[in-house]
Amino acid sequence: MKTFVKAAGVAAALGLMASTALAQGEKVRVGLMLTLSGPSAVLGQQARDGFNLAVKEMGGKLGGREVEVIVVDDELKPDVAVTKVKGLVERDKVDFVVGPIFSNVAGAIHKPVTDAGVFLLSPNAGPSVFAGKGCNPNFFAVSYQNDQNHEVAGKVAQNRGYKRVYLLTPNYQAGRDAMAGFKRHFKGEIVEESYVPLNNLDFQSELAKLAAAQPDAVFTFMPGGMGVNLVRQYRQAGLADKIPFLSAFTVDESTLPAQQDAAIGMLGGSNWAPNLDTPQNKAFVAAYEKEFNAVPGSYSMHAYDTAKLLDSAVKSVKDLSDKKAVREAIAKADFQSLRGDFKFGANGFPVQDFYLVKAAKRPDGKFQTEIVEKVFDDYADAYAKDCKPAS
Amino acid sequence: MSTTLLIIQTLNGLQFGIILFLIAAGLTLVFGVMDFINLAHGVQYMVGAYLAAAFTAMTGNFGLGLLLALPTALAFGLVLEVLIFRHLYDRDHLDQVLATFGVILFLNQAVKFVWGAAPLFVPVPEILSGSIEIAPGLLYPVYRLAIIAAGLGVAALLYGLVNHTRAGMLVRAGATNAPMVSALGVDIRRLFMLVFGFGAMLAGFAGAMVAPILSVEPGMGDNLLILAFVVIVIGGIGSVRGAFIAALAVGLVDTLGRSFASNILRLFLDSGAASQTGRALAPMLIYILMAAILFFRPSGLFPVRR
Repeated sequence: MKTFVKAAGVAAALGLMASTALAQGEKVRVGLMLTLSGPSAVLGQQARDGFNLAVKEMGGKLGGREVEVIVVDDELKPDVAVTKVKGLVERDKVDFVVGPIFSNVAGAIHKPVTDAGVFLLSPNAGPSVFAGKGCNPNFFAVSYQNDQNHEVAGKVAQNRGYKRVYLLTPNYQAGRDAMAGFKRHFKGEIVEESYVPLNNLDFQSELAKLAAAQPDAVFTFMPGGMGVNLVRQYRQAGLADKIPFLSAFTVDESTLPAQQDAAIGMLGGSNWAPNLDTPQNKAFVAAYEKEFNAVPGSYSMHAYDTAKLLDSAVKSVKDLSDKKAVREAIAKADFQSLRGDFKFGANGFPVQDFYLVKAAKRPDGKFQTEIVEKVFDDYADAYAKDCKPAS
Repeated sequence: MSTTLLIIQTLNGLQFGIILFLIAAGLTLVFGVMDFINLAHGVQYMVGAYLAAAFTAMTGNFGLGLLLALPTALAFGLVLEVLIFRHLYDRDHLDQVLATFGVILFLNQAVKFVWGAAPLFVPVPEILSGSIEIAPGLLYPVYRLAIIAAGLGVAALLYGLVNHTRAGMLVRAGATNAPMVSALGVDIRRLFMLVFGFGAMLAGFAGAMVAPILSVEPGMGDNLLILAFVVIVIGGIGSVRGAFIAALAVGLVDTLGRSFASNILRLFLDSGAASQTGRALAPMLIYILMAAILFFRPSGLFPVRR
């Protein structure tokens, strides 16, 4: 009897080895689900390019294995995204889904991906619903929790002693979250909470109201084309030199090519800037600019980091079907982030530093954001405490 | 709610209305004269903005860019007419809607293919940059005043063309009874083509004028198209005068509503409820206006006599 057990053990061990050997030879399959069409397509393109750059630098491999990257466009439509992500999971049998850019898409694809036992890694969206009670062991945000960049702006307004601040955001969930995030650390008076329709392009009447209110500073969250218009009209109305402009996701490398000189000196909250002084970051920015002839924004940086994170995770596990091992390997975050300090909290969201950044023109004529000061050190999000990690 | 703020917002409303008029003028002519529903009209506005951006970048001068963009927008409209729209005049409205919607999808994707998805930058021309102080502490950008002036100029020009030239007479006649005009020996096809090209150029002009203040990006005309339809329905389909009055009304109601709805409601409600209701009510005001006008005048303010 005893010998039989031994033999069975040896056989099992042999079998295990065989399957590992097989697994190690297999390709890693990664699905990239990003917004690649419509007015916000530039954000998805930045993320795609950042991810591909990292894979290319690692010789087309992740963790020493051949990688197959499948890129799909979510069209910024949650229903389209669900259909396409099911295709990635069921037909293409991807090991990881990297995406999306927008939080409403994240809300739609989160369940189909994580329920199928596939890992979802977000290179941008970090909605609060998945950071607290709704945290999921198969979901990791490599970017930030959405509120945090707004919290930076609120903290700065508080630190600088602004008494009266005017808030201006689009009238949808992320806009209301932005105001809530700003108010978490700002204790002064909110002169006005002004909401504009989503995709509003002419801000002249809001700016007239703003000028009449004469606040100490204005805080805004206007992603994409809205931010381009707001910043340029703010400058044209002669307000830029009078009322400090605090923002998040409004003045960054995706909008600066269109805002140009109008944005110079405007402030934003961020977890990174292209001029962050680490050797890895310098190399990344140089390589990205050479390859794509554009200054990388945080979208490309997060996607690049995501590829590096996957590389470290795949390297340390033998068998990708061992979900527990993969999860632990990702959670370890054993890679060198372009941001410097980076680790995951228990809810799968990063604990990282946050900075105040300022738009500036470089000597070569291109525009980028540059770090003014560090606002938060090793900062975790406000929801992490509500997450009860499933064992 | 000070008087100066009211003046500024009125100017803003006027400027928005002028842009709407430039788009709606062409749309109302095409719809009224040819009985042709052109959803792709908003795309021509976008094309105008892209052309202005491209030519400005090429020549380094916005004025020159605008001058080059106008004939190109006209030519572009004519090419579209010959290639696509001409074959749709005799079809029913559903076919026209489907085909022109296809043109929207195609052109939105095409500009992205040519110029990329990122918004383009057009600098405000040097002499018109900056702002003037209308009242103490309240600045108004010179460029927006220039838009108002240019739009009023175009309105006057259109008035002259439509009411005091032979071509204008034919256009008016065509709007009333196209088969009869044709029977009198007028080449109605050529007239249609000219009207169409002219409408496309006006939309292109609107796009070019807003390029320095709004971001030039794919799909920028899609939202305005709906408002342009509201304008021509209020004004009476086929009437340029109606489009002018309706565009200014819509521009003013929308802008003033968004600025002052909450303030006015505060007279009746408590502050929180007022701003909540004001936010919800403001975007609906133009549609309420349209519903009210159509209730009293079902074919618009200045219906074309048939």
